Amino acid sequence: MEQDLSAPGILTSQLDQAIGWARKYSIFQYPFVTACCGMEFMSVACSHYDIDRFGAGFPRFSPRQADVLMVVGTISHKIAPVLRRIYDQMAAPKWVVAFGVCTCTGGFYDNYATVQGIDTILPVDLYIPGCPPRPETVLEGLMLLQKKIQAQGRRA
Amino acid sequence: MDLAPILSDIEALCGAPLSARGAGSDTVLTVPPAKARAAVEFLKAKHGFNVLVDLTCVDYQGFGKGTQNVSPAPEGRRFKLVYRLMALDAGTGLIKARLALDSWVDGESVPATIKDLFPAADWLEREVWDMFGVRFADRPDVKRILMYPEFTGHPLRKDYPIKKRQPLIGPADASARERLSPADLRPRIVE
Ligand code: SF4
Repeated sequence: MEQDLSAPGILTSQLDQAIGWARKYSIFQYPFVTACCGMEFMSVACSHYDIDRFGAGFPRFSPRQADVLMVVGTISHKIAPVLRRIYDQMAAPKWVVAFGVCTCTGGFYDNYATVQGIDTILPVDLYIPGCPPRPETVLEGLMLLQKKIQAQGRRA
Repeated sequence: MDLAPILSDIEALCGAPLSARGAGSDTVLTVPPAKARAAVEFLKAKHGFNVLVDLTCVDYQGFGKGTQNVSPAPEGRRFKLVYRLMALDAGTGLIKARLALDSWVDGESVPATIKDLFPAADWLEREVWDMFGVRFADRPDVKRILMYPEFTGHPLRKDYPIKKRQPLIGPADASARERLSPADLRPRIVE
């Protein structure tokens, strides 16, 4: 009898493992590109650094189909509600990446126009600092994110 | 192009001795605000200044305070409107002449619009309004161009509080972030 009860637990944890594994290698990203970091994003996404090795090479331009919201570039107060809406439209499970210091903290734009870190308006899973971050840094961050996805952790 | 005849023409138009600085394509004339539009119109019509390179504004409030620098702003007029014009030969593509006009205004004055002369001035005048709060005449319904309509004040005025934030969403006082430590210079995951 006891054995019968524990069996489903093993099954679901194994299933979690499998789903996590599948998810981490099939990241559909929504690139929300607003500024200069976009250049570095492009170089990560293109063949030289080849983000597709990590299964994250497929950008979706519909938030409904995306798993990871890549926020790339300065976010101004004017565009902040748009970003928030994109985030709200994404279906769970979803993850958010703050790409570059502008999105992490506002960067050097401590001024009237710039959101001082996108974590003030939505939950962020991964911070990638750098102005802009080197592609290697982005890939390092992506691997951290994959670990988190494997563990099925998420903030929203 | 020899600018001397143009300068004397503008001097006659303004009815006052011009102050000019710079030379050649860097020449900058200071014209009274009431004559700025007439001068632009005249330069366009008579001297082939057919391109409005820029129309912008500079706030000189507090300029040079505590330093040796003397503010060029006349008493009570803190904003400098800058019109930059270019005479372009459409046939050869060569620049014949460049000229800038300065005109000093205060925050309340409404300089004449030049958007009927140069359609490009439409957005530039909106930007001057948005950033500096200098409104052009004949544009009572002028809209902001860069900031959102909910924004109050004019952020590039020197007296706009440097720490003032007007977020549409999110906390109002999210400015002071802690200093980053070297450990923060690596990608970081938040569980
Ligand atoms: S972090 Fe630097 S490179 Fe990236 S958007 Fe900001 S200013 Fe541009």
